[in-house]
Amino acid sequence: MSIWEYANPKKFMQTSSWALPWVTGLAVLTLLTGLVWGFFFTPDDFRQGSTVKIIFIHVPSAMMAINCWAMMLVTSLVWLIRRHHVSVLAAKAAAPIGITMTLIALFTGAIWGQPMWGTWWAWDPRLTSFLILFLFYLGYIALWEAVEDPDTAADLTSVLCLVGSVFALLSRYAVLFWNQGLHQGASLSLDKEEHVADQFAHPLWLTMAGFVLLFVALVLLRTRTEIRARRLRALEARERMA
Amino acid sequence: MLALLLRDLRLATRAGGGFGLSLAFFLIVTVLVPFGVGPEGGTLARIAPGILWVGALLSCLLSLDRIFALDREDGSLDLLATAPIPLDGVVAVKSLAHWLTTGLPLTLAAPVLGVLLNLPQSGFLWLTLSLLLGTPALSVIGTFGAALTVGLKRGGLLLSLLVLPLYIPTLIFGAEAAKRGAEGLATGTPLLMLAGITAGTVAILPFAAAAAIRVNLR
Repeated sequence: MSIWEYANPKKFMQTSSWALPWVTGLAVLTLLTGLVWGFFFTPDDFRQGSTVKIIFIHVPSAMMAINCWAMMLVTSLVWLIRRHHVSVLAAKAAAPIGITMTLIALFTGAIWGQPMWGTWWAWDPRLTSFLILFLFYLGYIALWEAVEDPDTAADLTSVLCLVGSVFALLSRYAVLFWNQGLHQGASLSLDKEEHVADQFAHPLWLTMAGFVLLFVALVLLRTRTEIRARRLRALEARERMA
Repeated sequence: MLALLLRDLRLATRAGGGFGLSLAFFLIVTVLVPFGVGPEGGTLARIAPGILWVGALLSCLLSLDRIFALDREDGSLDLLATAPIPLDGVVAVKSLAHWLTTGLPLTLAAPVLGVLLNLPQSGFLWLTLSLLLGTPALSVIGTFGAALTVGLKRGGLLLSLLVLPLYIPTLIFGAEAAKRGAEGLATGTPLLMLAGITAGTVAILPFAAAAAIRVNLR
């Protein structure tokens, strides 16, 4: 039993068809509980009022936007090194989810920033890094769309993902150097004292777990679609040959 | 390798090579800015380093798809890939040729255009220096982008989309160095970071670009 078993599309399809309903159900359950708890059963912040509740969508989506790119980096590396098709298809499937998470984080941030900072947008390091991340996702997806041959596209996008990761990190710190911002530092961390009160932190952890599960469910679903599309392509090619 | 460099330089400078094109583009962008933001000297002086850096970057972008496209069309890229020299070296030489025909002229033209934008006296040296340090990175990153899109029919627009995000760190440090220089502040840190980016990209990206070309020629 090793993870490389799932490099076999058949094995992946079997296991994922079994796992998908469970992960989806769990995601819906956690998200619903977390959001309902967060929206209706937490007090308003004494300075921010009820706008503070945007945190329950803003923080998890921002976290997933970054984690999604990290996952694409790992799966791209696996494809480049071990040539497992499922791996690169998972990266392809994850990219549109990642860009959506980035957009959600940017938009909820704008909606939050308007009443709190008095502006929809500021060239703050964190905001700017996310905008740059958005551009990287855009380039990655566009390259997948542009190249016709699937294996060529897989190779090229994987190389782009590797190089892009380095430059995305570089941009992150270059932007810090360029402008000091409005955004607060990290609100949650495992090794430091918490900055968020427990009554907000608990539902927040729950929604974060919900977003992770939602992401896993969506990636599984989209990877299954990609595998089916690939099979369809192979069938069509065989038909044309015959 | 030297023969390849000379060939590329000759191809770029002779008729139809588009050698003057990026310079002319740089000039036009710079001339357009005062029409957009108004002719007050103070405003122009404040934004001049940034505008010149963005202008140089865009002009550089303009000539990127020529790096491999013509060689790909007439088949010489296949010959280069099968020649008994490493493809990584070929790519590095191509970037060097691109820098010599684009980055270097842009660097030399920038101070002249700085006059048009009312760049403060103290800024000229630092602008030139930052461009000199930064434009090689632009060429190398651009070569990587060109290598990714060499197999596509109309890859020009995609090329810009891929390359522009990669240009951000270089632009930040380069423009920052030029701006600090113009304001008479210390420029050491951004210049060092800029040099670091250039050194890093020159060391790593030719390999990535060569890998992309191998995929595209498969």
